[in-house]
Amino acid sequence: MKSKGQEISLDELDKQILRLLQENAKQTYGEIGAKLNVAHSTVYDRIQKMEHSGVITKYEALVDAEKIGIPLITAQMTITADPKETENIAVKMARFGQVLEVATSFSEELVITVKVVAKDQAELHSFVARSVAPLPGVLRIRTAIVTRKYKEERFNISPEKNLSRQKE
Amino acid sequence: MREEAFYFFTSIGNYTGQSAASLEEFLQKIKDVDIKSLEFHLFREDFEKWVAQTLGDSKLAEEISYLRVQKVAGNALRDRLYFIVSRRLKELKPASTR
Repeated sequence: MKSKGQEISLDELDKQILRLLQENAKQTYGEIGAKLNVAHSTVYDRIQKMEHSGVITKYEALVDAEKIGIPLITAQMTITADPKETENIAVKMARFGQVLEVATSFSEELVITVKVVAKDQAELHSFVARSVAPLPGVLRIRTAIVTRKYKEERFNISPEKNLSRQKE
Repeated sequence: MREEAFYFFTSIGNYTGQSAASLEEFLQKIKDVDIKSLEFHLFREDFEKWVAQTLGDSKLAEEISYLRVQKVAGNALRDRLYFIVSRRLKELKPASTR
């Protein structure tokens, strides 16, 4: 792993370790080392460097809410706001616990996109009506409730050959 | 932040950008807001709740509830709601200026 200013370049072994961790972060250094034919101490060193440099941001457990009796609905909100208030609104949205993602994006106009979860439609509407619509600068809100997910993944580091295969 | 205001939605989570913080403002918005919004809130009893709980006007809330029971919709809803609210405002104005 090399660092040029803020940009960090990973070698092939770093990328392979990351890919294995993204598949299963509970693997031991020894297990990863065995798969890549390197010593577990090498794996340990590489992971330590990637953690300290911020390449690996965190490890987390993905919970199936329905299995523990918490059925959740997911919705995608698009907030159109006064351009002077867009930043403030985005920051405030990010503070809500039920909000999973917040981003600003621009197509014909600048909007804030928000991914939010709620127990049911009543709770979703109450959140939008009581906590979002009253924020200063909010001009309009469109909310689409997710009915089915066809793919949901985070960025995965893949070997270049896999990427080129996907393009075909 | 106008937490006590009424916020007009057309469906779950879809905010029109229109709000009213008083009965006078509410009357003005009735004229302009998307008819779908009036139908959405009438069906959910939102108008009645806001008028009774926030404005403290149970008489007006009861009158609005009749519109829901009678399933008034479309422009008839806009017209009748406007009539009921404007009549109530006229009733209240002389009392408040005494």
